Amino acid sequence: MKKLNQLSRWLILISALMMVSAYFVPLWQILMWAPQYPEGLEMKIWINTLTGDVKIISALNHYIGMKHIEVSMFPEFGYMIYIVAFIIGVGVLAALINKRALLSIYIALILSAGIGALVDFYLWGYDYGHNLSPTAPIVVPGMSYQPPLIGTKQLLNFTAFSGPDVGGWIFISAGTLAIVALMSEIFASRKVIRSN
Amino acid sequence: MKTLNRLAIALLVGAVSVILYQCKPKGPAEVTTGDAASKVYVAPGKYDEFYNVVSGGFNGQIGIYGIPSGRLFRIIPVFSQTPESGYGFSEETKPLLNTSHGQVPWDDLHHIALSTTKGEHDGRWIFANGNNTPRVARVSFKSFRTEEILEIPNSGGNHSSPFITENTEYLVAGTRFSVPMGNKDVPINSYKENFKGSISFVKIDPATGHMNIAFQLRTPGFNFDLSRAGKGPSHGWFFFSCYNTEQAYTLLEVNASQKDKDFIMAVNWKKAEEYLAQGKGRVEKVKYAHNVYSEKTHSATSTMESEVNVLDIEKLPGVVYFIPCPKSPHGCDVDPSGEYIVGSGKLAAMMPVFSFSKIQNAISNKEFEGDFNGIPVIKYESALHGEVKKPGLGPLHTEFDEKGNAYTSFFVSSEIVKWNVKTLEIIDRVPTYYSIGHLSVPGGPTAKPHGKYVIAYNKITKDRYLPTGPELTQSAQLYDISGEKMKLLLDFPTTGEPHYAEAIPASLVSPNSTKIYKIEENENPYVAKGEGQARVERKGKEVHVYMTAIRSHLTPDNIEGVNVGDEIYFHVTNLEQDWDVPHGFAIKGATNAEILIMPGETQTLKYVPLEVGVVPFYCTDFCSALHQEMSGYLRVSAPGAKTPLKFSTGIPDDQTSGAGK
Repeated sequence: MKKLNQLSRWLILISALMMVSAYFVPLWQILMWAPQYPEGLEMKIWINTLTGDVKIISALNHYIGMKHIEVSMFPEFGYMIYIVAFIIGVGVLAALINKRALLSIYIALILSAGIGALVDFYLWGYDYGHNLSPTAPIVVPGMSYQPPLIGTKQLLNFTAFSGPDVGGWIFISAGTLAIVALMSEIFASRKVIRSN
Repeated sequence: MKTLNRLAIALLVGAVSVILYQCKPKGPAEVTTGDAASKVYVAPGKYDEFYNVVSGGFNGQIGIYGIPSGRLFRIIPVFSQTPESGYGFSEETKPLLNTSHGQVPWDDLHHIALSTTKGEHDGRWIFANGNNTPRVARVSFKSFRTEEILEIPNSGGNHSSPFITENTEYLVAGTRFSVPMGNKDVPINSYKENFKGSISFVKIDPATGHMNIAFQLRTPGFNFDLSRAGKGPSHGWFFFSCYNTEQAYTLLEVNASQKDKDFIMAVNWKKAEEYLAQGKGRVEKVKYAHNVYSEKTHSATSTMESEVNVLDIEKLPGVVYFIPCPKSPHGCDVDPSGEYIVGSGKLAAMMPVFSFSKIQNAISNKEFEGDFNGIPVIKYESALHGEVKKPGLGPLHTEFDEKGNAYTSFFVSSEIVKWNVKTLEIIDRVPTYYSIGHLSVPGGPTAKPHGKYVIAYNKITKDRYLPTGPELTQSAQLYDISGEKMKLLLDFPTTGEPHYAEAIPASLVSPNSTKIYKIEENENPYVAKGEGQARVERKGKEVHVYMTAIRSHLTPDNIEGVNVGDEIYFHVTNLEQDWDVPHGFAIKGATNAEILIMPGETQTLKYVPLEVGVVPFYCTDFCSALHQEMSGYLRVSAPGAKTPLKFSTGIPDDQTSGAGK
């Protein structure tokens, strides 16, 4: 079993502890602008809830037959806190018991959680944008309203943006730190091999 | 090496973040307008080029603005009591607001129609609708005062009104909400069976402007939204947009939005006139008020009418045809040539333009796709000139210039779109701030537009002006349309909620403006044509004060001998014969309002004193250097007290029994 050097262990610990902030700041944001909303409307996705102008967005979207957005629509809010806690635990453990394999597992967990979250978000967005009430007042033939996964998209009179919020950026940084740690380990061990 | 690698990774992360961050769009770009200021600047003492006659929506009034300056000149009370002038409070103007429901002191004024001759503005009258308690009003373009209000029976929400025919033969009053006729007590869910629509054709007397309901069309029960008369080749026809052909009576936002197409209703009113002349109408018993103001007597009378002629269009072929029009049409606008009719399906992703000549061909060739309650429905394609593709979101209203262009307002995408009526090609689009409702081009609905400007009347103001709490100013915006591209020139605040408005060249109106009323022509029964006629008369509990006002005193200004509980009528005649010298009259504790009296006019304020004392009254309109001296006293004695009736001005008490006797 390969051990970790001291710097990597610190990086991993910092990375894991940074993710604790996920419980206190929003992870993702959806921003919307329309001619009538130059100040923009926002929806913030937290680890266990939604905040922002959710009611206003829902009230606007009902004209085109979109569902009313409710926290209860998302079972994810029930278990995301445990998933993140587990990942933090693995990170802390990797730093403490000093195993490179555990670091790899930690990174794999972060990546799969990130990809999983994006896939999950895409699927929700697809359903939200396509599964429209047939009795909606405004039906534009051939039009669907799937929000963008990442980036900007024009949806009728609204320009919608989707991207990471503070927590998301911390998550990305945490993952990056862990990867940097792993890379430095790999480079270091190559050097050791070469110098042998 | 290690450091370099780390640096590279850090840079990569940074770059990705920056790219992601830049995906965020910026807010709407600021509109730059170049030399806009000079185009809307009207130098002090100079006049605007156009009068803008703007509906006040829920304030029940009409605002008169100057274009291009956007300055507010006057608010004309129409359906709303206005304590500022005593309109609707004075004994002379109270009857104007009478209805079959009694005095209704407010209404929701949506649309303006300026009188036309041969389809062009003639500067005679302003017509306006009362939406809530169905009424139409006529305002004089000479005095800028409300001269007539006619209640519309069998209607529920007078929205498609008061649009007029090209020579002002008729104005129409179409019901927005269908209702059971004759105040019937029926279940709401019996809509299809019991609810009917009603379109009133109000005949305008060409000499006096007096309005009378000539006939009502009884239609299937759905909602009539807006309308326009044909002109030129289509003169003799009227077009109405209809929504809720689903005949829903609950949750209309969903249930009245289900059909792909509702209708534009084409009415051949000349044919209706023929049927009426042949005695095909039936007389229905109804109750509605007809209120007329006379400039001679300076007072209004209210007459309760009891009958209306009804034409059942389902039984009278050739009067009405339906044209399918996508998704709950709102605006239904006829171009200056009279050939094209623009339907604005407010939920549709395109806009159909219908052709009058094609409609006529379709009717003579019987190109019908079926019928609705026996009324032929013309095939959509047979009536269609073409569709404006992807014009914007939420089309509402269209106005025209004299160069063959149309300007359509889009509520949802908050913009005005300019397009060519013949080719249907989109030429330009400009944003409005925010969510435009109606729009107006000077002369835009007539055969002779003066396409210099288009004015947007917005529904949302938001951040355009300094905030004033939750209630913000209402707002209009002026755009220059003299070139190919539209250019924003000016934001200006408006009162009420502006709905439709029309603008008319000032040269057609300003030379005729009334300056004073001639005192010798004043036929008010309570006039005092000189201080010699000023007096106080008691008739039982009524006390009539024939008062005169001239700079700077009221005659009489000392009045004694009235008791608590008396009904005192102050009939104040303004003896001035000079322009812009109104006087006002107010008395302490009056529970109604004040009155403003124009030169040569007589107005009456009723006052019932409730307690003993000496009550001051005074002139409220700063009229002269000695305006502050223009005041007087009323002595109020206890009920039953035998204080002798006395009145005077300028003569010490105990020396005379009254001024002017």
